[in-house]
Amino acid sequence: MTLRQPHSGVPQIIALLVILAVNWIVSPQFFDIRLQDGRLFGSLIDVLNRGAPVALLSIGMVLVIALRGIDLSVGAVMAICGAIAASLADSHSLPVTLAAALGVGLLCGLWNGILVAGLGIQPIVATLILMVAGRGIAQLITEGRIVTFTDPALAWIGGGSIVGVPAPVAITAVMLLVTLLLVRGTALGLMIEATGGNERASTLAGIGTRAMTIAVYVWCSLCAAMAGVIAAADILGADANNAGLWLELDAILAVVIGGTSLFGGRFSISLAVLGALIIQAMNTGILLSGYPPQFNLVVKAVVVMAVLLVQSPKLAGLSAALRRRAR
Amino acid sequence: MRRHLPVLVTTAVFVAMFVACSLQYPNFASTRVVANLLTDNAFLGIVAVGMTFVIISGGIDLSVGSVIGFTTVFLAIAIEHLGWPPAVAFVVVLVLAALFGAGMGAVIHYLEMPPFIVTLAGMFLARGASFLMSTESIAINAPLYAEISSTVIRLPGGGRLTLIAILMLVVVLAGAVLLHATRFGANVYAPGGSRASTEMMGVRVGPATIRIYLLSSLLAGLSGIVFSLYTSSGYSLSAVGVELDAIAAVVIGGTLLTGGYGTVFGTFIGVLIQGLIQTYISFDGSLSSWWAKIATGLLLFAFIAFQQLSVGLSRRGRRMAGVTAP
Amino acid sequence: MLPDVSAPPLLEIRGLSKSFGPVHALEGVDLTVRGGEIHALLGENGAGKSTLIKALTGIYSRDAGTVRLAGEAIAPATADEAVAAGIATVYQEVNLLPNLSVAQNLYLGRQPTRFGLVQRAEMRRRARDLLAGFGLSLDVDAPLGEYSVAVQSLVAIARAVDLSARVLILDEPTASLDANEVEVLFSVMRRLAARGIGIVFVTHFLDQVYAVCDRITVLRNGRLVGERETARLPRLELVHMMLGRELSEATHDRAPVVDEAKGPVVAAFQGIGKSGYLAPFDLTLRRGDVVGLAGLLGSGRTETVRLVFGAERADCGSVAVDGRPVRLTNPREAIRHGFGYCPEERKTEGIVAELTVRENIVLALQARRGILKPLARREQDEIARRFIRLLDIRPADPERPIGLLSGGNQQKVLLARWLATEPRLLILDEPTRGIDVGAHAEIIRLIRQLCAEGMALLVVSSELEEIAVYADEVAVLRDRAHVAMLAGADVSVPAILAAIAGETLRAA
Repeated sequence: MTLRQPHSGVPQIIALLVILAVNWIVSPQFFDIRLQDGRLFGSLIDVLNRGAPVALLSIGMVLVIALRGIDLSVGAVMAICGAIAASLADSHSLPVTLAAALGVGLLCGLWNGILVAGLGIQPIVATLILMVAGRGIAQLITEGRIVTFTDPALAWIGGGSIVGVPAPVAITAVMLLVTLLLVRGTALGLMIEATGGNERASTLAGIGTRAMTIAVYVWCSLCAAMAGVIAAADILGADANNAGLWLELDAILAVVIGGTSLFGGRFSISLAVLGALIIQAMNTGILLSGYPPQFNLVVKAVVVMAVLLVQSPKLAGLSAALRRRAR
Repeated sequence: MRRHLPVLVTTAVFVAMFVACSLQYPNFASTRVVANLLTDNAFLGIVAVGMTFVIISGGIDLSVGSVIGFTTVFLAIAIEHLGWPPAVAFVVVLVLAALFGAGMGAVIHYLEMPPFIVTLAGMFLARGASFLMSTESIAINAPLYAEISSTVIRLPGGGRLTLIAILMLVVVLAGAVLLHATRFGANVYAPGGSRASTEMMGVRVGPATIRIYLLSSLLAGLSGIVFSLYTSSGYSLSAVGVELDAIAAVVIGGTLLTGGYGTVFGTFIGVLIQGLIQTYISFDGSLSSWWAKIATGLLLFAFIAFQQLSVGLSRRGRRMAGVTAP
Repeated sequence: MLPDVSAPPLLEIRGLSKSFGPVHALEGVDLTVRGGEIHALLGENGAGKSTLIKALTGIYSRDAGTVRLAGEAIAPATADEAVAAGIATVYQEVNLLPNLSVAQNLYLGRQPTRFGLVQRAEMRRRARDLLAGFGLSLDVDAPLGEYSVAVQSLVAIARAVDLSARVLILDEPTASLDANEVEVLFSVMRRLAARGIGIVFVTHFLDQVYAVCDRITVLRNGRLVGERETARLPRLELVHMMLGRELSEATHDRAPVVDEAKGPVVAAFQGIGKSGYLAPFDLTLRRGDVVGLAGLLGSGRTETVRLVFGAERADCGSVAVDGRPVRLTNPREAIRHGFGYCPEERKTEGIVAELTVRENIVLALQARRGILKPLARREQDEIARRFIRLLDIRPADPERPIGLLSGGNQQKVLLARWLATEPRLLILDEPTRGIDVGAHAEIIRLIRQLCAEGMALLVVSSELEEIAVYADEVAVLRDRAHVAMLAGADVSVPAILAAIAGETLRAA
């Protein structure tokens, strides 16, 4: 019997270091960081900054996947919430804008959670609905145009900085800490791992799985809403067609790279975020090396297959058998 | 009649929508509108037939949109840059697509990986490959293309039934025969009901899985050919998100997303419903295109909720009818 | 009617053995089935019935022994080969496809075709004819799932027989059927036997054995106990054969009970039941008392404890905890009232394999405290260490994933999970199943200790001697109903055996 051990994170850290090293070989200025107008700049900072939205998504996604679920709608939720933030920014104060965007994100999560935990619809099917309709809703909000705004308060979220750290990076870090506190600071983490590992046993042990499932989908959508606001703030506008497009797949990939199994159970939020950074470091590396960015997708496909092969129970059994024979 | 209920509901929805449109716009109910409906949705119809097989077997194929994109770019480069005869390019790209699908099916079956993630990797791979070939939109000026698009059957009332529309109808028909009237078809349904039972009943699930994904990719390739004929070009960004439209059409057509139940005819109607929404929006003029996505989402929700309900109901009212103690 | 004994047996198994590592699942088992007879294959959990069936049908390879079908040695390597040889099996969980039509189910993989197309009319006609032979007239185009489980098993039998079966194995086909449906199934079985087919019938219901079977083979712990003619085997003796107690040995009794004052009632169940699941029963659980649940496999013991714990929702009856009426609709409520439950299916319902011993131990306690009141890691470690020491869990490493522990130690961890919640009523379903002798004795010792400390216990066990030793009262179940309640001096192995066999000595 093979059991997955608690995450050490060593393979992920090595992978990130190798990619960073390759980036450094390709572009010797990779690790150069300079302070300009009170904000840090440099390729490394760029990796963090560009990786922030997917990292945010992966924070929510890892919890959903740990419960044996999946949320395909996060990209669409990003588009909706980005559209709301961009449309309200110039006419309302920042707190109102943010409350509206995050509130709608919460509703989206509630919708997904109720479909999954209330009506018992398969997660992949349930979240597909919002994935399809969500982009239409976002376009409805923007009326099909790219809505731009000039409000400096919202713009700060995308381009500003706190003691030199870009705002998206700071927000993601805060969100990571808050989530870690909520999940690992309470018993929620244990409950999620138990339920994802063996739902029947967890129910018999007295865990209320339904409310927890809904809460987790809500949190996932909230993360997506925040990522959507950041994406809109970054480009000073909302593009309902392209905001968050395919990012749900990147988020799932980040979670998988972070060592959390698609079959639920043990999870690591920090490693999922690390997974998001690995993906972004690859993207940046490809860009720096002068290859066309289109190369990204092929590399991603190879990474997906490689990670899955490593996780495949079938292959694990096979290699164990080979090892036994070798002995 | 209960087992045909989903298809009947879908068909009734379509008819009701069509009648409503016709009442609102006097020139809606014409062969022209119907023929355009078929032509504009030919590529979607073809790829949705393949998706029907995949979903009934309990799987999903996220790669089809990318395979369409790949096909159009491949054809454009082969025909325009390399000067291949279109027919040769067609055959080569279909073989490539089929191999691609068979590969995904083999990985899904032999490595016991979720179809969702394997076809996701396939989606990245196919889209990435088409980006690598070209990021430009390449116009295809082969004489065959012009010939095919000018070949139409004129219908009474001004409708022009194009070759690609006819091809789609042929694929739907052939797909229906394959799914409903062959042993292979029964083997497609079987694992959607229960994989373990299917194996116990002596059906080899492995070869069936490979063939199902092969078929889906092959039809995606064919759909790509149709798409390149329709647009007379190849573009690596074409057909982005078509996998979602195809899945939506299949579900709206009454196929259970969890597998085991469904029909090709239902999928065909599902495609037509999506097309009808688009047509209505373009007739209206004041409505915007995003309403199509919202309407599709609502229909998806309605059908999924309906399925969930009817599955729950059928678990209750089981029959002991027809049994007589001898 | 007994078949002609002089005819060569249809199926002859001699000296069949099968081991899984060090575990001998079957040791030199014989089974003889004659054409035209219905042969019961009986035994409790772990007797080797399913191993025998799987070895016979090519799912397992066998280590030793011969199988002859009509005098010819066969060695099927796959289920398909067994079917081709003429041995077909129908399982309790009908292994057909509910989403396909009845006709497709009957002919999947061998549909009549012409030019590659399935001849639907022809298939329909054949299906109707085939089913008519079983007294069934169904809409063969309807999905199989629209029919009841009874009809589904009949269709499964029809498919099996049509696949040229000479020997038909029915593995608990009646487990979820009502009386009428069972009658229909029996008439089909008799009809098939009259055609010369040999039927191996696995069931837990003794009434059914006596109603339909010509001969009985009993297995126990992987060995053959004996083969008898049904007509010449009294029920009590059959139960003895199955449970493994010689009549003389069974008189061994427990120490006489000192008639103390009864403890206060913790929980009282009145008329609790669920149709199609378990007939209504009464049960009173007191502080410091052990109530045992005895009965054959499938008699309704696990069903009883699931209803008590709220894991299954009762559709009638009332529950009172400490004299106040309560509703138990889910495990959370039961836990809130101080109940705990160690299920029989450790792997699927008990442990969370990839979590550590510590996490598995604190799970129920943590669930009851709620998410917002997490146990500090220090407390968790302390609890884990305490119970590891108390129950002697090995290896004594709280950070080891529980899936890597032996069955006995997993069981102890589950006990620890509930003891940590300091329950007032602890439900143990087969607490000593599948664990080694040493751990076994420890768990018995623990049960006695717990009850001495004032806990109420409800214990399901197949080990009647054990029950007789520690139980103050024993509820006996048969065929999904509580049939007797033994208390005080009446709690003895012979009395329990008699009640199980339906020859009640003293019904309470």
